Amino acid sequence: MRFVRAVAVVVAAFTVAACQSKKPETQAPAAPAAAAPAASDRVLVGHVGSMTGSEATFGQSTDNGIRLAAEQWNAKGGVKGKPIDVKTYDSQGKPEEAAVAATRLLVNDKVNVLLGEVASSRSLAMAPAADDRQVPMITPSSTNPRVTKEGGKVRPFVFRVCFIDPFQGTVMAKFARDNLKVTKVAILRDVGNDYSVGLADFFQDKFRYLGGEIVTDQSYKAGDQDFKAQLTAIKNKSPEAIYVPGYYTDVALIARQARELGMKQPLLGGDGWDSQKLYEIGGKAIEGSYYSNHYSPDDPNPRIQEFVQAYQKRFGGIPDGLAAQGYDAAMVAFDAMVRATAPGGVPLRDAIAATKGYPGVTGIITIDENHDAQKPAVVLEVKGGKSVFVTSVSP
Amino acid sequence: MTELLQHLVNGTSLGTIYALIALGYTMVYGVLKLINFAHGDVYMVGAFAGYYVASALGVQERPTLGKAVLVFVGAMAITGLLGFLIERLAYRPLRARPRLTALITAIGVSFLLEYGFQLPSFRTQAANLEGALRGWGVAVPAWLSALFARLPAEFPPGPTPRFFPEPFERVDWTVLGGVHVSNYDVVSLLVAIGFMVALQLIVFRTRFGTAMRAVSFDARTAGLMGIPVNRIISGTFVLGSVLAGVAALLVAGSRPRIDPIMGLMPGLKAFVAAVFGGIGSVPGAMVGGLALGLGEEMVAGYTSSSFRDGIAFAMLILVLLVRPEGLFGRVTVEKV
Repeated sequence: MRFVRAVAVVVAAFTVAACQSKKPETQAPAAPAAAAPAASDRVLVGHVGSMTGSEATFGQSTDNGIRLAAEQWNAKGGVKGKPIDVKTYDSQGKPEEAAVAATRLLVNDKVNVLLGEVASSRSLAMAPAADDRQVPMITPSSTNPRVTKEGGKVRPFVFRVCFIDPFQGTVMAKFARDNLKVTKVAILRDVGNDYSVGLADFFQDKFRYLGGEIVTDQSYKAGDQDFKAQLTAIKNKSPEAIYVPGYYTDVALIARQARELGMKQPLLGGDGWDSQKLYEIGGKAIEGSYYSNHYSPDDPNPRIQEFVQAYQKRFGGIPDGLAAQGYDAAMVAFDAMVRATAPGGVPLRDAIAATKGYPGVTGIITIDENHDAQKPAVVLEVKGGKSVFVTSVSP
Repeated sequence: MTELLQHLVNGTSLGTIYALIALGYTMVYGVLKLINFAHGDVYMVGAFAGYYVASALGVQERPTLGKAVLVFVGAMAITGLLGFLIERLAYRPLRARPRLTALITAIGVSFLLEYGFQLPSFRTQAANLEGALRGWGVAVPAWLSALFARLPAEFPPGPTPRFFPEPFERVDWTVLGGVHVSNYDVVSLLVAIGFMVALQLIVFRTRFGTAMRAVSFDARTAGLMGIPVNRIISGTFVLGSVLAGVAALLVAGSRPRIDPIMGLMPGLKAFVAAVFGGIGSVPGAMVGGLALGLGEEMVAGYTSSSFRDGIAFAMLILVLLVRPEGLFGRVTVEKV
């Protein structure tokens, strides 16, 4: 008993110490806020991203892109003379956390514009909050159509600077039929993910329309460890390629387990594959597979190379598609702020909606009546531990 | 035919894992009549312990058999210690209380491990604290900064998944015209069977095992007969936790993603396996684990993977309805 009591005392001491030491941390945000100029003298950009979790590189890359854009504008004197601040909250890769973070940015921090999320399921959780508070929200990379358009009605304050899944799925279906010349494809989709389900459906429709055959449609849940049951079933149908529109951690494991079962087919996927981790985890297993993406850092276009160099200088490493999209989303927001009569609310919303022919890193951005951007997509091949440009497809 | 055989291989490899985790549930239940819901999280800690030992040894660069053994021993030692601590700090003080108290505590320990491991690393937390203090205008002494910089940068791991390095080189064989078996599957099966046989021997052939069975039969009387009840219960927890650590390494070797909530599902399913086989019975846990692994594999392979988790819980309900004592369980008649 004495032992237990001693432990309890030690624990209690630690708890007290922890509480005391925590105090300044929780109050800390108040201090810089007091020192900084009042809200109207600066522009506050809120970012919700998966800084940790299974898709941690999505949030980190996007955040880097946004911060690079803000720093470049600040170096030129900010937006109409007002410096730009970026505030980032972590969604941990969970829709409920994304909704909480969005509300916190909108209500407590009173941001001028909300950027995020990468994953469609998390953007869908944030969008109603932005509409309710009448603060424009731009998602850099959520491709599911429902993010900007719910039940046939365009969400008034939600925009995106990327293409949407009907197009992305079509690109890969066309590529599989025309370039790879395959007729039998199996699908392995993440059933709990709006993005993956949407992409798989659009791919399936287009591929069938082009005369191909979907030999089997299997599913998994994000976070599964074991995919061998589904892969064995797929193997038995001997498809020529497997469409896996998931996120990189799952895809890398799927690729490994497919090769362990002796399957040699290329895997096909979407922009959810875009992460350095894909090559790290997938290794040899992912080589020779293809995915659709927003841009290729190999593109010789000076606008793109300028961005790649600036990013490399600031953060080290080649910017992935998510970083480029984050950069573009922030740039479109700042560009609209210059044109808007006020840097927030309805005037900013109207200015973003009026964006026409903005030369972004990931393509020329024109926001259409559905609040989507019409842009070309690229198809990349995984080769030698990185992605190599194969072809570009216009809408 | 090839497909069926492949499913059998996959299912067996999954089933051995469930069996190893189920053994821990069964043993603890046997002696304490406590469902240790933190057991799945001990399994998770086992995977991370192996990961940290492997990173310290540099397994990623050059895997050797010696290092693989060290990783196993290290992870087993850490999970064993964790099992001891959980019992000592969380369950023993409550042993005299109603059984429900201990059960709820078990769920609490489970949450503590799951969410504790999702916190940012100590060094990040210290850095945040330091930044906040500076922002407040408090001077941080140099020795404190130096101390902060020496805190672990990788622990707790946070919610981002890690990738477990292959402890030894992977070799794939194709047998019977197209069935793929790897040395990992074979080693897993052999290690699992080895541990199960060893456990059966410990329980029925050693003094410790005899004492364990006595405590299980009636702890108070066993104590009166001079059996050190506390030590026996601690030993049972250590043994069960070590098995969970082994299971974690066998999983992580071939399915290399590890994260702080990886123990949740396997833990629940292994509990189902233990109940299916008859909770408290060692062979029951093995059979239950294998049956569950094979069942899941067949369901996912031949119907849809959406039913995969459903099968485990359908099995639980069925067993509870038809044969509540499980396959190998004994009906105990309460004498009044």
